[in-house]
Amino acid sequence: MSAVAESPGGDEFSGEYHVYEPHKVGLPPLGSYFRALWARRQFLFELARTNLRAQHFNTTLGQLWLILNPVMLGIVYFTLVYIIRGGGRGSIFLAHLMLSLFAFRLVSTSVSRGARSVVGGGRLILNTAFPRLILPLESVLESFMRFLPTLAVYAVVHVAVGLPIRVSLLWAIPIIALITVFGAGAAMFTATSQVYFRDLTNFLPYFTRIWLYTSPILFYAEDVPDRLRPILYCNPMYPMLGSLNYAVIEGRTPPFGLLAASLAWAVGTIIAGTLFFISREREFAIRL
Amino acid sequence: MSLRSASENPAATFEPTPDATPWAVKVDNLSVTYRTAVEKKPTLKQTLIRLGRRQRIIREIKAVRDVSFEIPHGTTIGVVGVNGAGKSTLLRTMAGILPPSQGRVEIFGRVSTLLALGVGFKGELTGQENVVLGGLAAGLTREQVAAKYEAIAEFAELGDFMEMPMRTYSSGMYGRLAFSVAINMDPDILMIDEALSTGDARFREKSFDKMRELTGKARTIVLVSHGLRSIRELCDEAIWMHEGRISMRDDADTVVDAYKEFLQLKREGSDDDI
Ligand SMILES: Nc1ncnc2c1ncn2[C@@H]1O[C@H](COP(=O)(O)OP(=O)(O)OP(=O)(O)O)[C@@H](O)[C@H]1O
Ligand SMILES: [Mg+2]
Repeated sequence: MSAVAESPGGDEFSGEYHVYEPHKVGLPPLGSYFRALWARRQFLFELARTNLRAQHFNTTLGQLWLILNPVMLGIVYFTLVYIIRGGGRGSIFLAHLMLSLFAFRLVSTSVSRGARSVVGGGRLILNTAFPRLILPLESVLESFMRFLPTLAVYAVVHVAVGLPIRVSLLWAIPIIALITVFGAGAAMFTATSQVYFRDLTNFLPYFTRIWLYTSPILFYAEDVPDRLRPILYCNPMYPMLGSLNYAVIEGRTPPFGLLAASLAWAVGTIIAGTLFFISREREFAIRL
Repeated sequence: MSLRSASENPAATFEPTPDATPWAVKVDNLSVTYRTAVEKKPTLKQTLIRLGRRQRIIREIKAVRDVSFEIPHGTTIGVVGVNGAGKSTLLRTMAGILPPSQGRVEIFGRVSTLLALGVGFKGELTGQENVVLGGLAAGLTREQVAAKYEAIAEFAELGDFMEMPMRTYSSGMYGRLAFSVAINMDPDILMIDEALSTGDARFREKSFDKMRELTGKARTIVLVSHGLRSIRELCDEAIWMHEGRISMRDDADTVVDAYKEFLQLKREGSDDDI
């Protein structure tokens, strides 16, 4: 029997006709899956909106916190670098640090919130049939909403340290989009893994910390000695933060190699993450 | 789909559209097996320890075994059976929440479910937010949810509690809201698992009356309940599940009588609880 439902509206999640049967290749029919996902977009936005509201995102103090938190984090790391190097690296370095740190946090919050998205979706998953991909996507949307105010913080730093405003700044838009897409793909991996390994969220903060320290955030990529370069090249954050740094801090068009690597990481991760998640999502209801 | 499956499955000679089939639900040779690791919570640590010992303890629970049946449009069908018989599992599979291990479920129409855990997902969100999110998750548009909201809030009679976080609800209040959501979704097929049990006597009567009203409206209803009176009075037919299999299907009175005899219930006559 075919696992493909081709009749109009005949997919698992919408319309008037539903077939449920074991998926032969472990994946549902992708066309109808994504159609159903698209049909649930209002749910995605409402879920993000409600969650943010529950976290006081819409109050003045809540928004102040969203700005204060990254600023303080930036100051902490700037101080750390100052002490370790026994001296300052100048104001441009502060801009670099803030920008890279905020972009990194877009990924790391996507990953950590994503990890909790499915397991925390408990009742919703046990009671309602819908494409589960909504849940990690919502985490990413939420992380992005939290990232936006930090852009304003960065803008202030950018002007304050006297960096010019050039056309090359526009490169930041596609690069941030790639970073978000990459974060979404990574969130799908952690969301799925958390179902099988409930202690993943215990390990995740250590992993993120190491990732932060090995990414060109607290240092410039050029500072990395040759023998440590391979580590840098394996890190997906390197091409992404690197291009962002070129475009925003140095005011130049990022080199093609970095852009291509960023694109490859983002596309590869989102495809692999999506397929991995979808192939497992039917089990979630049993395993929660 | 229709042509292909019709040619592959000789039994399926109908078109899969709600109006063209006599069935609202068609279940073919359905089996649902839970595969559960024995540990309380699956963790990486335990997995590593297990890998070290080269053992993997998985228990298989065959909750539904090779079940086939059809439900015609407009029928109210009751499902009875002892605890652990597989009733909730069957209903969850029909709602598309649990994957079938074998076999196939076909649903012709829009489904609204009221499962054992009720509405709501997030205790920190208000009743209202939960209703809206639940509706959107079930595939309604924002406008459709807004149109139904009044009726839902009114039927649940929770007053100001609709604006309170759901963690402040009593289990009866939870149940009321869940029931109110399920019946107000205007579904073609309504699946209810143990819904009438948590409300107070008055609300139980009220929801019982509402159910009776729905059965009159040519809706298809699947009602899982231990309240034998509601099965007897609301349902045209009933299925008795035992150890994952259908051990009887007949009109509601016959099945309830046989089931009561099996349970060796002493009190004759009224089935007291609804
Ligand atoms: N999440 C789960 N994981 C593993 N086994 C489960 C799970 N849920 C149910 N089971 C098992 O499946 C079988 C059927 O359970 P189910 O909940 O369908 O019974 P039920 O007929 O609804 O019982 P009740 O009348 O108590 O509601 C039981 O043996 C139960 O132990
Ligand atoms: Mg049950």
